[in-house]
Amino acid sequence: MRALYAGGVRKGASVRAGGSIRSRTSVAGSAAEEGTSRAAEPSLLEAQRISKRFGGLSALADVSLSVNAGEIVGLVGPNGAGKTTLFNCMLGVVRPDSGLVYLQGRRIDSMPVWKRSRLGIARTFQRLEVFTGMTPREHFIVAMRVSRRQGGLFKDLMGRGLPTAPEQAAAQEMLDLVGLVEVADVTVEALSLGHARLVELGRALMLDPLVLMLDEPSSGLDGREREMVGAILKRSGAERNVGVLLVEHDLQMVSDVASRLVVLDSGRVIAEGGVAEVLALPAVRKAYLGTP
Amino acid sequence: MTQFLQYALPGVPLGCVYALMAAGLVLTYRAAGVFNLAFGAQAYISAVSLYIAVANGWPIWVGALLSIGVVSPALGFVLDRVIFRHTRNASPFVTLVPAIGLLVVLPSAVDIIFGAGTRINPPSLFLSARTVYFSVAGLAVNGTELSTTIITVAIVAILWGALKFTKLGLAMRAVVESARLAELQGVRSGVIGAMAWILSSLLAGLAGVLLAPLYATLSSLNFTDLLVAAIAAAAFGAFVSLPFTLIGGVLLGIAGEMIAGYLPPGSVWSAGLPSALPFIVLLVMLVVRPTFRVRREVVDPMQSCEAPPRSLEIPRRARVVFVGSRALGAALAVAFAVSLLTWIPHNWAFTLGQGIVYSIIFLSIVLLTGMSNEISLAQATFAGIGAFTAGQLANHFGFSVLVGALAGTAVAAAVGAVIAIPTARLSGIALALATLGFALVMSDIVFPFSWAGNGGSGITVPRPQIGPISFQSTRTFLVLASVALLVVAVIVALLRSGTVGRELGAIRGSEVGAESIGINTRGMRIMTTALAGGIAGLGGALYGSLEQSVSANDFGYEVSLVFVVVVAIVGVRTISGAIEAGLSFAVLSQVISTLPSRFSSLLAFILGLAALTYVRHPEGVVDFTKRWIAGWAEKLTDRSRGSPGLSGISPGGSVHGGSVAGDRGDLSGDSAGDLSGDRFGPGEGSWTLFGGIAGPKEGGD
Repeated sequence: MRALYAGGVRKGASVRAGGSIRSRTSVAGSAAEEGTSRAAEPSLLEAQRISKRFGGLSALADVSLSVNAGEIVGLVGPNGAGKTTLFNCMLGVVRPDSGLVYLQGRRIDSMPVWKRSRLGIARTFQRLEVFTGMTPREHFIVAMRVSRRQGGLFKDLMGRGLPTAPEQAAAQEMLDLVGLVEVADVTVEALSLGHARLVELGRALMLDPLVLMLDEPSSGLDGREREMVGAILKRSGAERNVGVLLVEHDLQMVSDVASRLVVLDSGRVIAEGGVAEVLALPAVRKAYLGTP
Repeated sequence: MTQFLQYALPGVPLGCVYALMAAGLVLTYRAAGVFNLAFGAQAYISAVSLYIAVANGWPIWVGALLSIGVVSPALGFVLDRVIFRHTRNASPFVTLVPAIGLLVVLPSAVDIIFGAGTRINPPSLFLSARTVYFSVAGLAVNGTELSTTIITVAIVAILWGALKFTKLGLAMRAVVESARLAELQGVRSGVIGAMAWILSSLLAGLAGVLLAPLYATLSSLNFTDLLVAAIAAAAFGAFVSLPFTLIGGVLLGIAGEMIAGYLPPGSVWSAGLPSALPFIVLLVMLVVRPTFRVRREVVDPMQSCEAPPRSLEIPRRARVVFVGSRALGAALAVAFAVSLLTWIPHNWAFTLGQGIVYSIIFLSIVLLTGMSNEISLAQATFAGIGAFTAGQLANHFGFSVLVGALAGTAVAAAVGAVIAIPTARLSGIALALATLGFALVMSDIVFPFSWAGNGGSGITVPRPQIGPISFQSTRTFLVLASVALLVVAVIVALLRSGTVGRELGAIRGSEVGAESIGINTRGMRIMTTALAGGIAGLGGALYGSLEQSVSANDFGYEVSLVFVVVVAIVGVRTISGAIEAGLSFAVLSQVISTLPSRFSSLLAFILGLAALTYVRHPEGVVDFTKRWIAGWAEKLTDRSRGSPGLSGISPGGSVHGGSVAGDRGDLSGDSAGDLSGDRFGPGEGSWTLFGGIAGPKEGGD
C-alpha cells in the first residue's frame, strides 16, 4: 500500500529533539495539576484551563481540551467564540493569561512558536499565511527541509543545499495528494483562496506532524475539494496516527470526519462528547444554530 | 535653577522645529501612507523659491504666497500623480526607494537649474529674525524662536483636529488602509490621495520657509539633518499621534541643549552626542515601544483583486537566448580580464576596482533586502567598520592588511549580530529607521574617535602583500578584489539556492507561516544581518585598501542611502544585479567627475530620477532588460504561439500579467462557455469577475 504521504521513516516522538525541554514531571508542582487525575498514558495534545482576556473582553475562560493520537476532534462554535484564540494560545502565537499546554505529557506553554512546531504540531490558518512569492512545490520543500532539520548554513556553503531527489519526490506526492499538480509551479498569490488553503494543508502535512490543527480548512473550497480534505484527514488519523483538531463551520464536514466534538461559546466549553449527541443538545443548538 | 533654565529654554524653539517637520512626516504617513524621507527636500524647494523671489526684488509676502501657496502644493500634486499614485498600499520598501530618490533629486535639481552657489541669510517671513522681543530668566527670545514656537503649536493643533474630526481626514485614513475598499464606499481615492499629498507638501513648504532663517545659509543638508531628527520626534508618537509628536520634539530639543550645556566642551562627546541624541532616542524608542514590534504591515483586504505581482525571476526563456547570453557573458569576462591586465589606463583600472569593491558591498544588500526583505540603511556603516578595523590593525599592530580585512569582516559581522538582537523584532519602515539611527550614531559618535575612523582626516590603509607577491599596483590589486568578489558571489548564490534562501523566502512570504512550520525567524534574522554585515565589512576593508586612505565621511548615512537606491534600481534580487550596480555606479561617478563643476550634482540627479522608475519596475533594470530581450526572442523564435496561460485557464477577460482569470465574464452567461459550464468552483475567476463588476480593477480588454 502506498504511504499516505511520502514521509520516509516516521519519526518517533522521542527522537524529536527540541532544545532544552523541561519534562513534565520536573515542572509539575502546582496543586491544581497534582489534583487532576490523569490516565497513565497522557493524551497527545492537552490544553488545561486556558484563560485569555483582551482588555475587558474575556476571550477564553478556563478552557480545557485534549486530542488523542489518531483522533479527530471538531472544535465548533459561533464566530467570536474564541476558537482561533484558543489555537493561538495553544501554539504560542498569543500568550495566554493562565493555563498549561502539554504535548505528549511535556509542558510546552513557555516555548516559542517554532519550537512547538518542531516538536510536532502543524497548523493552518483561518486568514491565509502562505509564503507569497513561492510556488506550492517550494512550500512543500521548505516545510520538509525545516521539519527534518537537514539543512543549514554550512550545508549550503558546501553546495549541498539544493532540493534532493527524495525531497522532490515527496513534494510531488504531496501535490498529488492535495490536488495541486496543475498549479504546482505558480506563485501562491496567483492562486484562488481554495487552492491557497490546500497549499497550507499540504505544508502542514509535509511536517509529518503528531498533531494537526486546522482552522476552517474548508472555507473557500468547492464541494469536491471538501470531500478530498475530509478524506485526507481521515487517512492521516487512521494510517499515521495523527491527532487532528479541526475548527470548522461546515457541520456536515465535521460530522463526517470528527469522532468527538467540543463546543465553544463566549470563551467557554459548553458541551463536549460524541458528535451526534452534542449536536442534539439544546444548549448547543441555541448557541450555534440559533434554534433551541 | 537659572543655569538649568538657561540650558533648557533654547531647546524649546529647536524642539518645535523638530516637531514641525515631524508633524509633516506623520501627516504624510497617515494621510498618504508613505514614510516620506523627501519631506526635508520638499521644504528646501519652498525655501529656495522664496529666496529667489526675494533676491529678484519681489515683496516678501508675494514670494511667500508663491512658494507656500503655489510651488509647494504643485510639487505635491506632481509627486502624487507621477509617483505615489502607483504605490498606494505598496510595501514599505517600494515607497521608500522613490522617497530616498526624491531626497537626492530635488536639491540636485535646484543646483543644476539655479547653480550651486551659497545662499546667505534666508529671509524671515514673520517677526523680525534677529530682534529680541523679551527675555526669560535672562535669556533673550528672538523673533525666529518666538514665531516657530507659536506656529508649530498652532499647526499641530489644526492638523490633529483635521485628521480626527473632518470628513476629509477620515477619507484620507481610509484610503491609506485600502484604496479599493474606500472606493467601494464611494470615496474617490485618487482625489483624496492627491489632496493628502498637496496638503503635506503645503506643510513642507511652510516648514521650509519658517525654518530657513534658523541657519545662516540656505542648504539642503540642514533640512535633511532636521528631518532625521524629526523622525525621532515622530517615533514618540509612534508615527501616528500628533500631540505626542509635539511633546517628543520639544523634549528632544531641550535634552539636546542640556547635554550640550553640561558636557565638557571640546571633546568628541560634546561634538557628537548632541547631534546624535535624536538617533539614540529613535533607536531606543523603536526597540522599546511595543507598537513597533507588530511586524505585520497593514494588509489591503482587497489585495486579492490585484494582479499578482510580476515574478522576479524570468519564467522561461528560449534556449537560444539562454545559451547566447551565457556565451556572450563568458566572452566579455575573458575580454575584460585580458584588457584589464594589458592596456586599460591606470585611472580606469582604479575605477573598475571601485566597481568591484562596491559590488561586494552591494551583495550584502542583495542578501538582506533581496532575499529577506529587510531594509538596512546602514550598509555603508558596516563597510566603515571593516575598513577602519583593517586600517587600525595594519597601522598600529603590524598585521597584514589581508588579516586585517578578515578581522574587519568578523568585527562587522559581530556588530551586525549585536544590532540585530534588539532590532530583529522590527520590520519595514521601523527597521529601516532603526538602522538609519544606528548609522548616524556610528558616524557621529564612534567614527570620529582616533581609534576608529579619526573623523574627517581619516586613517591610511595599506595595500596588501602576500609573501613575495605584492598587490601594490592597482592592476594586481584588481585581481585580488575580483577573487574576493567571486568568493562572496558564490557564497550568496549558494545560500540563495540552499536551505537558508528557502527559509528566508518563507519568512519574506509570511512570518507567522514561517514560524508555524518551525523556522526560528528571529535567529534567521540575526544570522542574515550578521552575514550581510560581514560581507559589507569585507567590501569596506578592500575599499580602504584600494583608496589607501579612508575617513568617516566615506561611510556616512547618506552613502548608505545612495547604496540602497543604486542596488534597488539595478536589481536587488539578483547577484548579477549587485555586480552590474557596483560597476555602473563606479563608472558613472568617474564619467561625471570629468564634467564641469556645474554638473557635480548630476550623479545624484540621475540616481534620483532612476529611483523614481523603481515604482514601475521594482524588479530592477537588469531583470527588466532581460525580460524585454527574452520577450523579443520569444516573439522571434515564435515559441509563445499557442502556449497555455499560466494557470491553465482559457484566454480573454482581465489579464493578470500573463495568466488569465475571469473569462470574458458577462452576467447573462450565454456567450462564455465555461461560465455556464457544469460547475463554478473557486479558482475559476469568480472573485476576479466580482472585482470586474464592482469596478475597482480595470479590465484587460
